[in-house]
Amino acid sequence: MARYESLLDACGGTPLVGLPRLSPTVPEGAPPVRLWAKLEDRNPTGSIKDRPALFMVREAEESGRLRPGDTILEPTSGNTGISLAMVAKLRGYRLVCVMPENVSSERVQLLRMYGAEIIFSPAAGGSNQAVAVAKQISAEHPDWVMLFQYGNSANARAHYETTGPELLHDLPTITHFVAGLGTTGTLMGTGRYLREKVEGIQIVAAEPRYGELVYGLRNIDEGYVPELYDASVLNRRFSVGTRDAVLRTRQLVEVEGIFAGFSSGAILHAALAVAHEAVREGKRADVAFVVCDGGWKYLSTGAYGGTLADAEDALEGQLWA
Amino acid sequence: MAIEVRVPTILRSYTGGSKVVEGSGDTLSGLIDDLDAKHSGLKGRLITPEGGLHRFVNIYVNDEDVRFLGALDAKLNDGDSVTILPAVAGGALGFAAAAALLGR
Repeated sequence: MARYESLLDACGGTPLVGLPRLSPTVPEGAPPVRLWAKLEDRNPTGSIKDRPALFMVREAEESGRLRPGDTILEPTSGNTGISLAMVAKLRGYRLVCVMPENVSSERVQLLRMYGAEIIFSPAAGGSNQAVAVAKQISAEHPDWVMLFQYGNSANARAHYETTGPELLHDLPTITHFVAGLGTTGTLMGTGRYLREKVEGIQIVAAEPRYGELVYGLRNIDEGYVPELYDASVLNRRFSVGTRDAVLRTRQLVEVEGIFAGFSSGAILHAALAVAHEAVREGKRADVAFVVCDGGWKYLSTGAYGGTLADAEDALEGQLWA
Repeated sequence: MAIEVRVPTILRSYTGGSKVVEGSGDTLSGLIDDLDAKHSGLKGRLITPEGGLHRFVNIYVNDEDVRFLGALDAKLNDGDSVTILPAVAGGALGFAAAAALLGR
């Protein structure tokens, strides 16, 4: 289908494209091992987060939590904020984002363009300061609605009802699904759907491993596991460092022409690992992985050019996924 | 040969500030016992009194989460690389601010 009533109706239905050059070569006579990229940058605001943003808003409307003219509060500067800003604009809500003042200017410009209001917390204060600011705002505005993507079942449901069925429709021979692990919504929703439909499917997580600065924890007990996370949905979970993520992101555009953000490179790294294992074991594999967004928002990092070491330095201390 | 273990900043008080330490063991459990013998108290930060991996600790062998490799029974070989990391979702800001807003 190529005609839609509105932009919101154009969410999902993204193409699945083969990677004939990055897929590993198999010995003659061995079963094929193929990589497939689900191009989530083809969503209305250019990322996979349009799916959960739309589902979370609709669910809140249907349950009566969100009423016309309400204010939504979102404490991230990432793709979810941009997706929510678009959905909020089209559905008639006000969106307030809380973020540290050192986020990239692309993000700030995009959010403002979509009509979001931004409250900055001082960069020097790091996440602790952002928490303090968020607490203060929350106390002052108890009527503002927070959708809380880390614990909102509509986040995972978006993928159970859309991403999973799309993948199965386009690739009935799928053997592996590989995606990023943040809120865990993509893996939980898509993973549950595919496990119900495809016997023996492997659900594989790729988790970004940031520089030490990003964690900013004072002790282990300050850690956090999203409420949505259920380890039993996964078969494997890889930690991917900045260097490998950058290397694979560059390969994706250099070899296959797909210009993606760094989280997609991290996911490709894990996808290649399971693909090469299948080759070693002489097994057939159709490995589908998620391209979360395009590379546009990350160009200012400078990490698409120069040496890998330079790129690693450029991304040090940043949330690149 | 030994097993190289990467220690996060928040646990380096146990390793005299070292970012990378060496240990040995046939399983993760054995490695942690060996590490604790050299860096007293480390085990208590990784393993709960009930004997399982701490909820907010993730340990990776050659970049793969040990919870999917047999957890504390995960097999280790000389030359393996082990990384210990605190569990944090989606970076620092999102979860911390969200948790604070929910009064957790």
